[in-house]
Amino acid sequence: MDFKLSDEQRMLEETVGRLVRDTYTFETRNKILESEQGFSADVWQQFAELGLLGVPFSEEAGGFNGGGAELMVVAEGFGRGLVVEPYLATVVLCGTLVDKLGSDQQKEALVPAIIGGETRLSLALYEPQGRYEHNRVATSAKKDGEGYVLNGEKAVVINGDSADQLVVIARTSGAEDDRDGLSAFLVDGNAAGVSRRGYPTIDGLRAAEVVLKDVKVGADALLGAEGQAIDALEDSLALGLVALCAEASGAMEVACDQTLEYIKERQQFGVPIGKFQALQHRMVEMRMELEKVRSITMLAACSLNESRELRDKRLAAAKAQVGKSGRRVAEEAIQLFGGMGMMEETPISHYAKRIVMIDHHLGDSEYHFGRLESLLDVE
Amino acid sequence: MDINFTAEEAAFRDEVRAFLKDKLPEDISRKVKEHKRLGKEDTVRWQKILNEQGWLALHWPKEYGGTGWSPIQKHIFEEECAEAGAPTVLPFGVNMVAPVIIKFGTQEQKDYYLPRILKSEDWWCQGYSEPGAGSDLASLKTRAVREGDHYVVNGQKTWTTLGQHADMIFCLVRTDPDAKKQEGISFLLIDMNTPGITVRPLITLDGEHEVNEVFFDDVKVPVENLVGEENKGWTCAKYLLTFERTGIAGVGQSKAALAHLKQVAAQQISNGRPLIEDPHFRRRLADVEMELMSLEMTNLRTVAAAEAGGVPGAESSFLKIMGTELRQEITHLFRAAAGPYALPFLNEALHDDFDGNYVGPEFAASVSARYFNFRKLSIFGGSNEIQKNIISKMILGL
Repeated sequence: MDFKLSDEQRMLEETVGRLVRDTYTFETRNKILESEQGFSADVWQQFAELGLLGVPFSEEAGGFNGGGAELMVVAEGFGRGLVVEPYLATVVLCGTLVDKLGSDQQKEALVPAIIGGETRLSLALYEPQGRYEHNRVATSAKKDGEGYVLNGEKAVVINGDSADQLVVIARTSGAEDDRDGLSAFLVDGNAAGVSRRGYPTIDGLRAAEVVLKDVKVGADALLGAEGQAIDALEDSLALGLVALCAEASGAMEVACDQTLEYIKERQQFGVPIGKFQALQHRMVEMRMELEKVRSITMLAACSLNESRELRDKRLAAAKAQVGKSGRRVAEEAIQLFGGMGMMEETPISHYAKRIVMIDHHLGDSEYHFGRLESLLDVE
Repeated sequence: MDINFTAEEAAFRDEVRAFLKDKLPEDISRKVKEHKRLGKEDTVRWQKILNEQGWLALHWPKEYGGTGWSPIQKHIFEEECAEAGAPTVLPFGVNMVAPVIIKFGTQEQKDYYLPRILKSEDWWCQGYSEPGAGSDLASLKTRAVREGDHYVVNGQKTWTTLGQHADMIFCLVRTDPDAKKQEGISFLLIDMNTPGITVRPLITLDGEHEVNEVFFDDVKVPVENLVGEENKGWTCAKYLLTFERTGIAGVGQSKAALAHLKQVAAQQISNGRPLIEDPHFRRRLADVEMELMSLEMTNLRTVAAAEAGGVPGAESSFLKIMGTELRQEITHLFRAAAGPYALPFLNEALHDDFDGNYVGPEFAASVSARYFNFRKLSIFGGSNEIQKNIISKMILGL
């Protein structure tokens, strides 16, 4: 048992930490949020130069060969700075899916381009009627000569508005919620028949509603075997959950730190409000929730190589805890900041929004409690 | 980073498991698992078995007969004992007064008391709280006045856990009433058979006789029973707080209780189906399981920090709050699982020798009593509010 980071992991942590501290200031981030594509191409290039875009890829492919712990370290750093760049979409979800399912040719075409920062991808998975169920897919892919024709709608596709390519999960066979029959396709973001309605999200990201109407793709667009995408998809979603939990952990840490600093400074009735026991105890409770999230995120990050059931149980518990504890920390942070916590100009409000809304990415606490319930007997 | 036990740690765990399987008396573990009330002789019998193995004095240095175990080993041992249904070792002697004697006591005190504690020859209790000194312990009033080679002690202690069995009590007493609160206190060891001591039972809301009042009326205590210097008793009391308290999280106890709760919920019927399939109940189980996973990892992080040489201080306060809240929540779910059969209260049915008929399922006999009894967890050992004050001050700097 050892909770210390390895030298390599510590270097990674320092790299991300320095980048976030030095260049990703609150003001810089605000400018990024106002930009049309909602992230900074410069920052993305820095990620590439520092090797961050290669974290989950093998060393042969030019990556860092990182696992759950490495991803955790990176995402925590991003959470501390509320980084909005499309790391989760491009690297964690799509990158690892391509790496897992793709042919040598597909990987050669895409992985170095992802690692180098030249290509950004987005996972078009969830649908308007499917909420967080990743196997409830009505979007169809029908054989058309050598290739396929795709039809359907994809909901709240994170970074789908600006992605060069979409990884579309479509049904090649089976009923709407079958696990079998799901296939992954690479679709150019500007392909004929693809329409994307981009919009901002309340937590500082951008997303799109994507409509696929008779979108024709070649046989080389299919990733992996037809109808067999589910396991690899779940592996990538598992990594995505670790990244989100870690991001929440990093953001919650800063929210706690900023709130603590504020109640030590803010004077009322002639004393810092942190002298009041009612607020002290609330502050302690915030820190306790943070510790729980830190702990269970480590558990999740270290469980990716366990059996799928045990992995999924722990991931569900972690994401449910993040939802429950995150909400508490965010609400308490705003409360302790008082009116200042309500202001857009106060950084804490941005942390609170991101922490709360992480619950709506890749399944909320209700959804994950449900998964945990179904896995309750797994040891 | 690796959350799994190393091969050595796993081997140690297996050794502990084998020992428990071999040596933990079945009648005792059954009582613990079925939440029957334990008697003095159960605890003493188990402590003697542990001592024979050399595994009683977890926190003592090896030279005094302690295990010399690392924080991780102690953690593994405590977890395995809890999961196997071993009774809790009476902490007052082996885990509380002994470390103080080892640190501050005279050679004579060490030579006399430590072997007796190891052999469970003395049953110890703790004389800290008073009617007017609870969380504000330093306001204690029990007076000790030096007269020749004796102290004469007058006053009252309360909440004295299992004092009805005690041969010895370690007390915080006021030796200098004019000094500042913490500075006039001394640490005394008092023989419970001394004339002038009266023990009166306090019956708690679950009908149990676990705590007592102890009255001191001109009790003569030899000066050689003073530990450390006169008026430095607060230092001894504080020293105990720096002791590793990772067991305070009670993860092993919660795991065992949750496993039992699942079993019970699989047998109880609700809406024509096993209760464990009831979506509302299952959600609450899932919530407890999730919190337990978070607590266990937080506990392990603290243990690992201690292993690396850190002194767990205020971090233990987090564990105390989280751990006690969780254990209390599980008792609440047991009550929920019993449904209307949480109501009947047959005090005698909580004893192992009960040979009457239960009202409703056997497990239900103890659930409400235990629920009410476990309210104590967030009150004793520094109430959870005091723990929050400690964290505010020591960790948050407020």
